[in-house]
Amino acid sequence: MIRRPKPERFRLRRTMMFMNAQKPGLIKDAYIYGCDSIMLDLEDAVAENQKDAARFSLYHALTTIDYGNTEVIVRINGLDTPHWQEDIRVCVAGGADGIRIAKCESAQDVHTVEAAVEAAEKEFGVEVGRTLLMAALESPKGILNAYEICSASDRMFGVAISGGDFRKCMQTKFSPDGVDMLAARGQMLLAARAAGIQCFDTVFTDLDDNEGFKAEVLQNKAMGFDGKSLINPKQIRLVHEVFAPTEKEVKQAEAVVRAYKEQSAAGVGVFTVNGKMIDIAFIPGAERTLRLAKACGMYEGDLV
Amino acid sequence: MINAVGREIPDALLVNGKEVYQGKNYMDGKYLHKAAPTTRRYEKPQESKIVATLADALKQCGAKDGMTFSFHHHLRDGDYVVNMVMKAAIEELGLKDLTIAATSLGSAHDPIADYIEEGKVIGIQTSGIRGRMGEVVSAGKLKTPAIIRSHGGRPRAIEAGEVHIDIAFVAAPTSDCVGNCRGIGGKSNCGSMGYAMTDAKYADHVVVVTDCLVDFPNMPASVEAIDVDAVVVVDSIGNPKKIASAAARISQNPRDLMMAENVAKVIVSTPYFKDGFSFQTGVGGPSLAANLFLEKYMDERDIKMGWAIGGICGPMVELLKKGKVGKVIDVQDFDLDAVNSINQTPNHFEMSASQYANPANKGAFVNKLDFVVLAALEIDTGFNVNVLTGSDGVLRGAPGGHPDTAAGSKVCIIVTPLTRGRMATVCEKVVTVTTPGDCVDVLVTDYGIAVNPLRPDLIECLDNAGIPHVSIESLKEKAYSLVGRPDDLQWEDKVVAVLEARDGTILDVVRKIKPLSL
Repeated sequence: MIRRPKPERFRLRRTMMFMNAQKPGLIKDAYIYGCDSIMLDLEDAVAENQKDAARFSLYHALTTIDYGNTEVIVRINGLDTPHWQEDIRVCVAGGADGIRIAKCESAQDVHTVEAAVEAAEKEFGVEVGRTLLMAALESPKGILNAYEICSASDRMFGVAISGGDFRKCMQTKFSPDGVDMLAARGQMLLAARAAGIQCFDTVFTDLDDNEGFKAEVLQNKAMGFDGKSLINPKQIRLVHEVFAPTEKEVKQAEAVVRAYKEQSAAGVGVFTVNGKMIDIAFIPGAERTLRLAKACGMYEGDLV
Repeated sequence: MINAVGREIPDALLVNGKEVYQGKNYMDGKYLHKAAPTTRRYEKPQESKIVATLADALKQCGAKDGMTFSFHHHLRDGDYVVNMVMKAAIEELGLKDLTIAATSLGSAHDPIADYIEEGKVIGIQTSGIRGRMGEVVSAGKLKTPAIIRSHGGRPRAIEAGEVHIDIAFVAAPTSDCVGNCRGIGGKSNCGSMGYAMTDAKYADHVVVVTDCLVDFPNMPASVEAIDVDAVVVVDSIGNPKKIASAAARISQNPRDLMMAENVAKVIVSTPYFKDGFSFQTGVGGPSLAANLFLEKYMDERDIKMGWAIGGICGPMVELLKKGKVGKVIDVQDFDLDAVNSINQTPNHFEMSASQYANPANKGAFVNKLDFVVLAALEIDTGFNVNVLTGSDGVLRGAPGGHPDTAAGSKVCIIVTPLTRGRMATVCEKVVTVTTPGDCVDVLVTDYGIAVNPLRPDLIECLDNAGIPHVSIESLKEKAYSLVGRPDDLQWEDKVVAVLEARDGTILDVVRKIKPLSL
């Protein structure tokens, strides 16, 4: 049986690739494409009368396939369905890294899931607190309650918007410039940053529209998203390219972190690097840039 | 005797100067006495060489028991000609003990399996063998072992007289009344006729079979009237739908695309990727998709491909038309885009199988190749490749140009998924060695890349480019960890097929498989 290491609450999550948990051909080695996280779906991709079969498939995948460093998240069915409790038991028993709460609308939804997760952790002898959570906001109510959702639990590592359902609620449709969800994306990003968790954008469904996809990913990066949900492995490369730092950014970040380590050891708090004033406030950003650079194969040093 | 790839070759086969495989370039510098055919003089002017039926043509060429008939496989799975000719020879003329020497055979030739079982056909020499014929030969029903050769090994064997062709049959999409043949202009077009060329030059007799008679002279001819004894016009030489597919489409399978991209990255990391480089790729999913990614890198670096060879299909023609490839030289066409381009698009040329790949001539194209990208049924930890026998030990494939291009090229890249269904593609020991490991340089799988330790220069290239690679042993272990380690196949002693290396030495044998009992 595969035992996955304890999940990291904050790690690189540029790409989260959805796949139907019921399709062995898809899930048997989804990690080979190099996405940061895979999202095994028990919800919309699985027909109502196949939920149980999908849970079996999921459990066997989690316990027999070595996904290595690829994070394994499971999207469970909504709290308004009869499936979510059993979904959670399977996720915890199988050792999934995290659970995506579908159609999350309040902090209470997070608490409800968290209680079930904790019960399952006790039931299956899993370390309490091991299983991470993220929330999918799919309705105007979810967006309006984004901050309370984001800050509802220490297990929460991120929040994502789900475009399909959200656009339906808003009586709008996909727009290439993103104006259809501009306010929602902005509100969710504010909430996530205020709560100190990550934020992910929705899927782009037209696999033939490369230009449209690129435009959306560029906008995601400009707005400050940490990553994006994907539906096909061929979308991975572009997201990683767009989210990669520039060489100049990497060099600057390396200089900042290195200087900080030297200066703080010497008892200096404020100093300059390449003419810019640097203090401790710059360090997390510079370290994030280096981690990203490392993941992109652009940085091989040991500062992060 | 154990050969250079560790295969036991029965001594009984090592007669008349036959040797076991000794390694790459073993025959270099040796001399070859070419075996000229004995041909009939046609001094008296003839208006036409058309004869009414195949039986008439066979009689005119003195067909008798024990002869060797040759065929070429440009009509691929749509071919009717092999079956038509053998039917006329066996059922109309009552001939027996015949040998079929074909450039390749496929499932279109299932009916020949009956003639093998009846003992009418006693010898098969071919590159490919599949379908029912593969099954009956594997079951030990062919009287003599089948001889499997590469596309370059076959013209070598013909020129050396190891195969003597009594009558060569040329399946011609168009012919004139004296036998000038072309692969285009008819209703069953195949484009290049490169594999038929050596046969026509070295056979005692040549019969052209066509379903589209055109005005004399049919020029430029792929097979020339100067070598042709008779022309037979039939209703149809093949099924056009199975001769050339509409257009080879580049795979959209993400796994194929990922492997193809890695193939392109490997190519780009080497010093041979420079303006004027040469290239051949197969038409399998990831091999063909490599074109797409390579084009991107060519654009980025502003370099062009000098020339491409091989079986050709649409995507390569497309590159030629865009001016990104200097010349395309073509022994076979796989789709209508290629068929319609050969000798029509400037710089799209036809070549013979000998010119393409013969290791014993003085200037085969494969020897000037920088890169070849090939598939594999299996590859073992010695980088030996099998493209002939299935995991059940039954003949169901073809070496084709695989061993020739692998041996001749500077960088031979094998691209294959790590597993297919329950079978490990990367394995401990391939069922049959069709391309020796000393000719294979890089393996690209969906689970990682491995470089042959014989090529430290390429290892350095990949390292410098930051392309991760692992040992082939670790890929094998990964494959077995996913699908399990298969039991060894159970063979009987009887040799059913001899696999000749391209230089004529014996690379491996295929034995009769023991029937599976559960």
